[in-house]
Amino acid sequence: MRVAILVFPGSNCDRDMMVAVETITGRRPALVWHKDSQMDPVDLIILPGGFSFGDYLRCGALAARAPVVEAMLDHASRGGAVLGVCNGFQILLETGLLPGTLIRNERLKFVCRSVNLQLQPDHDSPLLSTLDPGHSLTIPIAHNEGNYFAQKDDLEMLKQNGQIAFKYTASPAFGPDNPNGATDDIAGILSANGRVLGMMPHPERAIGNGHPSSDGKLLLRAILQGVA
Amino acid sequence: MLEYTGMRFANAEAMGLSYDEWLLILKRLDRTPNLCELGIFSAMWSEHCSYKSSKKWLKTLPTEGPQVIQGPGENAGVVDIGDGLATVFKIESHNHPSYIEPYQGAATGVGGILRDVFTMGARPIALLNALRFGEEDHEKTKHLVSGVTAGIGGYGNCIGIPTVGGEVNFHKSYNGNILVNAMAVGLAHADRIFYSAANGAGNPVIYVGAKTGRDGIHGATMASTEFSDETESKRPTVQVGDPFTGKLLMEACLELMAADAVLSIQDMGAAGLTSSSVEMASKGGLGMEIDLDLVPVRETQMSAYEIMLSESQERMLMVIDPEQAETARAIFDKWDLDFMPIGRVTDTQRLVLLKDGGVACDIPLAPLVDDAPEYDRPYRPNELQPVLTSASLICDFLVKDALIKLMSSADLASRRWIYEQYDSDVMADTLAASGGDAALVRVHGTNKALAISTDCTPRYVEADPFEGGAQAVAEAWRNICATGAKPLAITNNLNFGNPEKQDIMAQIVGAINGIGKACKVLDTPVVSGNVSLYNETDSMAIQPCPVIGMVGLIDEWETAVGIGFTSVGEAIFVIGQPADCADGWLGNSVFAKIVAGREGGAPPPVDLDAEKAHGQFVREQIAFGQIKAAHDISDGGLLVALAEMALSGNLGADINIPESDTLLAWAFGEDQARYLVQVEDAVKFQALLDEHNLKGHQIGTTKDSQILTVGPDVTISLEEIRQCYESKLPEMMA
Repeated sequence: MRVAILVFPGSNCDRDMMVAVETITGRRPALVWHKDSQMDPVDLIILPGGFSFGDYLRCGALAARAPVVEAMLDHASRGGAVLGVCNGFQILLETGLLPGTLIRNERLKFVCRSVNLQLQPDHDSPLLSTLDPGHSLTIPIAHNEGNYFAQKDDLEMLKQNGQIAFKYTASPAFGPDNPNGATDDIAGILSANGRVLGMMPHPERAIGNGHPSSDGKLLLRAILQGVA
Repeated sequence: MLEYTGMRFANAEAMGLSYDEWLLILKRLDRTPNLCELGIFSAMWSEHCSYKSSKKWLKTLPTEGPQVIQGPGENAGVVDIGDGLATVFKIESHNHPSYIEPYQGAATGVGGILRDVFTMGARPIALLNALRFGEEDHEKTKHLVSGVTAGIGGYGNCIGIPTVGGEVNFHKSYNGNILVNAMAVGLAHADRIFYSAANGAGNPVIYVGAKTGRDGIHGATMASTEFSDETESKRPTVQVGDPFTGKLLMEACLELMAADAVLSIQDMGAAGLTSSSVEMASKGGLGMEIDLDLVPVRETQMSAYEIMLSESQERMLMVIDPEQAETARAIFDKWDLDFMPIGRVTDTQRLVLLKDGGVACDIPLAPLVDDAPEYDRPYRPNELQPVLTSASLICDFLVKDALIKLMSSADLASRRWIYEQYDSDVMADTLAASGGDAALVRVHGTNKALAISTDCTPRYVEADPFEGGAQAVAEAWRNICATGAKPLAITNNLNFGNPEKQDIMAQIVGAINGIGKACKVLDTPVVSGNVSLYNETDSMAIQPCPVIGMVGLIDEWETAVGIGFTSVGEAIFVIGQPADCADGWLGNSVFAKIVAGREGGAPPPVDLDAEKAHGQFVREQIAFGQIKAAHDISDGGLLVALAEMALSGNLGADINIPESDTLLAWAFGEDQARYLVQVEDAVKFQALLDEHNLKGHQIGTTKDSQILTVGPDVTISLEEIRQCYESKLPEMMA
């Protein structure tokens, strides 16, 4: 299992993701600097959370033009697996690899807390195939621009093709919940081939061992198994 | 040739210097200073940089102990946590800028304190804060709370250091002068701490980070005067933060330090290039020569004065090993940051600045530091306030109504609206953040964790500065002990009014004495700190607020406990209170303010020996697994603490109450040195208390319902409490 984590200036969850993956696989993933235009072949590329290039201009917009992203796009075009979390998800949208955009949270404020996610039963992704359909996960979010928006056509396509991976869902503690105003409560989406996943919640912050939840570990393990 | 030599006293006065200070400058230079030199003197001798009003008293604080690696005087304090590791921390105020421009003021406060920590070679792992705003319905409060919260989050979230705790309160004395204190805690190898003393005459002096602009010029001087209606015109003196550059600078500096290229380093904080160059050179007993034409600037035509006094953010000054210069440059190139040799260390003990082919400044360093004025300001304490009896404060409120009113007051309501805007989880080592007693952050890759808390009760300090100062330390101590951690040391942020007024000076003296006494008894030396004076607007002083930031250590984080009840049918004990207690200290309590409508009165006395004994006991019993949840009793008293434990754990409780005419005082009194704990084995726990000769007894039992039952007649649903507790701030900020 070869995993690479891309590091942009301003990425700040790269170490957390590295620790999480290493905890699960026992192997430390490679950290690849944004200026590198070549990278060794890997099974999974992860774009971590943070504020790449300060989120200046637009979240993820500058990072999407970094040399390493060219290599990532090559990898994806060959059917390679990609996971983008939070800022990584924003970057994936800016590259056009996934449709839609993430706009400011409905309440115009940064929000950091646990949310409940429901794995959508009709997805068709090898990355999530070992999880039970409809599985519910508790994972924290921390973002200011996590309000997913897509044009009607794109949205329809996502639904038709089973490309919606996760939705925010009610919890016993919080009741009905959509923390950022995302269209259709969407928290994560897939590419048409099901091998590129972008999501706002941070699985690397829910790997047990002192974290309030270990559902992120469950999810990452499923993804790592799915790409193996 | 010096660029301009026509300075007069009027110029000095405009920069905040007194006539005596002006005369001293003339004497030391044996000539008139030019504008740049005068600016340097005024900044270095400002209250903010020189501590001239408080130094005499700060020297009395205990600063030593076997755990202390570096006490006050460096960028931050350093404390040993075993296994070759150290924690590095400090708290600092950004009050005046945050009032003028809340977002940028708060953001740069966070950025500044982070630089203080990573300058020492430590990777920051946690941020906390202590905030004070005006009354909830004051016209500016909403705007200030909103801006400060967004600013703290804006910097911390982006740079990727979790904001894990803090405290917020509201009082009319802060209507025109809010307090924004930010604390940063870092982790370093104990044998790889970096200091600011310059070394090696001839070594290159390097400027790194962001470019210098005209922002924040003379900010240190602004922080050393009272506010008036004209303050708004000082908006240009507020710095603008860039957390993205801050992140790059942090990573580049830590990488450079790991490469062994840095000999000494200093952050350009208050008074910018002035204080960094003067402090580095004077601490090393050397001199420095800087060519200001080499300083990276982002505006044209900047004068020597402007370059030296700019407080542009995200900049560092360092002396590097000349043989490592290329390694160093490569690291900064990688991070796309400016890296500019701008001068060299000399052995002249003078600060020489070159500009436009001439000498812009040539002054001896000794007077800037050694001759900085130190005042023994006269002080006259206000009369101590009377002890208010419970009977004088008890009104015909029912226990339930009083609890609801307290839990929905701005003083005690949930701070969720604020802390959910902070990323508390980044770095993935946060074990407990806001909403409990102390925050817990794992020492990365180990079983250890740091417990961190910021505390102060200004109304106590105002009524009795000594007791109030001691209480702030005691409350921080309790918050750390209640997690199971051992308190190690403190940093403090002394926020007061104008020290030239005798009653304010008496508050400063009293509070420092109280803090010193408490730190001695509790063995938590002061390792760093900050003083913010002149917190007045139109001559109205703030409630004095000496904030204590305490750091503790727990060896096995898995043994730590939180405040929430964890299981049903277990005994709830109060520690520090005799079984026959039927009264409580209501004077100057939140109950007195909110329910009885009366402020003032003597605060509850602090018994430091009791604090020590109770704290140690709680900590030990947490480590032995006897205590399953613990919460210190502070603002709002016993019943408020109980409600917080129930809400946090989402479990109800049955509570026994005494037969008493002063039941409200028993329920809401703020007597010190007390804890509420949940224990598994009530009989054994009572025996342990008796064995240790400690007061304490079972007052109730947790239960599997969403109801608090207080005595035979009162039932309160958790849902009702939660509703008012959680909705207060959102409604206030809507």
